[in-house]
Amino acid sequence: MTPRAYLTALGAIIARETLRFIHQRERFLAALVRPLVWLLVFAAGFRAALGLSIIPPYQTYITYETYIVPGLCGMILLFNGMQSALSLVYDREMGSMRLLLTAPLPRSWLLFCKLLAATLISILQCYAFLAIAWAFDITLPPRGYVAALPALMVSGLMLGALGLMLSSFIRQLENFAGVMNFVIFPMFFLSSALYPLWKMAESSPLLRDICAANPFTHAVELIRFALYTEWNLPALGWTVLAGAVFMALAMWGYDPARGLVRRKS
Amino acid sequence: MTSPSDNGLVVERLRFAYAAKAALDDVSLRVEPGTFCALLGPNGAGKSTLFALLTRLFTAREGRIVIGGHDLARNPRAALAAMGVVFQQPTLDLDLTIRQNLRYFAALHGLAGRAAAHRIDAALDRLGLAARANERCRTLNGGHRRRTEIARALLHRPAFLLLDEPTVGLDAATRASLTAHVHGLAAEDGLTVLWATHLTDEVGDGDRLAILHAGRIRADGRAGALRGAQPLHDYFLSLTAEAA
Repeated sequence: MTPRAYLTALGAIIARETLRFIHQRERFLAALVRPLVWLLVFAAGFRAALGLSIIPPYQTYITYETYIVPGLCGMILLFNGMQSALSLVYDREMGSMRLLLTAPLPRSWLLFCKLLAATLISILQCYAFLAIAWAFDITLPPRGYVAALPALMVSGLMLGALGLMLSSFIRQLENFAGVMNFVIFPMFFLSSALYPLWKMAESSPLLRDICAANPFTHAVELIRFALYTEWNLPALGWTVLAGAVFMALAMWGYDPARGLVRRKS
Repeated sequence: MTSPSDNGLVVERLRFAYAAKAALDDVSLRVEPGTFCALLGPNGAGKSTLFALLTRLFTAREGRIVIGGHDLARNPRAALAAMGVVFQQPTLDLDLTIRQNLRYFAALHGLAGRAAAHRIDAALDRLGLAARANERCRTLNGGHRRRTEIARALLHRPAFLLLDEPTVGLDAATRASLTAHVHGLAAEDGLTVLWATHLTDEVGDGDRLAILHAGRIRADGRAGALRGAQPLHDYFLSLTAEAA
C-alpha cells in the first residue's frame, strides 16, 4: 500500500461519516439543541446566581453566557465523541466494523481515520453552535473563531479517542447507557465548563482538585483561551497527553492479539 | 519460509479458545489455488471463529495461517489484500447506495478515481446490479444485498474469496443461484474459494470438502469420494450426530 492508499482510505472514511451524518438530521439537531438550551435557558437562569470575577483570558467582566460558550463547545465534542463510540459498538454488532478492520492497512491508521472523521463533524457542529450564539449576540473576538480551530481539533481528537477506547471495552449497545451516565455527566459537571475552578474551590477543595485533574477541564480551557487568541500551553499539554493515553489504550483494546475484540466479535 | 503449495490457503495446527472453552482444536486445512472448498459444519462447529482468525479479526496463539504465500501473522496486510471476504453478518451501510458502498470498500483497498469506477461498473454488471447501482441498500432484498457484498469482495481482484454462511436467510432459488455463481468464480476465474455452510445441498461432488465439528476437522477430501454411496446429508449427520 502506497502513502496515497492511506489518504484514499482516509478520504473515504471521512466521506462515509459525513454521508451518515447528513442522513441523520435528528442527530445534528440534537447536537445543536443541547448546548443551545444550556446557553439560552440555563445560562439565563444562572446568570444572576453566579458572580464571575475577571479571570484569564478575559480582560473585562463577561456575561455568564459568554463564560459557558467554550464549555458548551466542549460539550458538543464530548457528546459526539461518545456518539461515535456508540456507532462503533453498533458497527461492530452489525458487522461493518469487520469491513474496516480487515482492510489491508494498519489497524491503528484505520481507527485514527475514523477518529479524525468524527472529530471533523464535531467541529462543524461547534461552528454551527458558535454561529447561532453569535446571532443571539454572544460574540467573541473575530480572530478567535479561527484560532479556536486547532484547539477544537485537539480537544475533539482527545474526546474521540476516549470514546474509541470505551468502545473497545464495551461488549454491547445496552452497556452503553451506563457509560453515558458514568462518563459524560461526571466529565461535564466536574470541569470548568459551567463554573470557574476557583468558584468550585469555595465549595470543596477536593472537588476543585478533581476538576483540575479532569482532561475535559483542560480541553475546555484550551478552547476558552484559543477563542481569545491565546494559547494555554499547560491545557494543551494535558489534552494532548490524555489523548495519547486514550488512543494507546484504544489501540490496545482493538489489537487482535490482545483479546478484547475477540470476546465481542 | 513458504513452500510452493503455500500459494493456496494453508491453516496449520490452529488452536483457539474463548476463555476456557476450546473453539478450534488442532485445525489444519490446505486449499490449493483455484479450488472451491466447502467448510461444512453444524452451528457452533467453529466456522465463524475460523473465519475471524483467517481475516485477522483476532489472532490465535497457536498455529499458523498462510494466504497466497503470506503468513498472516508476519505479513497481515499482504494476506488481507489477497482476500475478499463476505461475512455472515451483513456489512453494507444501508443508508448508502450500492455504488457508495462499493466506492467506500474500494478506497479501503487503495482504489479511487477512474480505476475504482471502472471496476465498480464491471462488478455490478457481472452480478446484474448495474440498474440498481444508485439505490440505497435498505431498499434491496436479501439476495441483492448478498450479491452486492460478493461484488464488493471481488473489487480489488483478490485471489481468495472467503464466504461465511453467505446464503443464510435467502430463499431456495437465490441460494442456488449464488452457490452456482461462486462455483463459477472458482472454475472459470481460478479463484480459491472457502465457503462455510451448514447446508449440504450447497456442496457438489466435485468440491473439496472439509467437515468441521466441535472445533475439529472430521473429514477432508473430495465430497463425492467422502460420501461414497450415501447422500452427503446422511454422511454429514453420521459425523456430527453425537452432539445433537
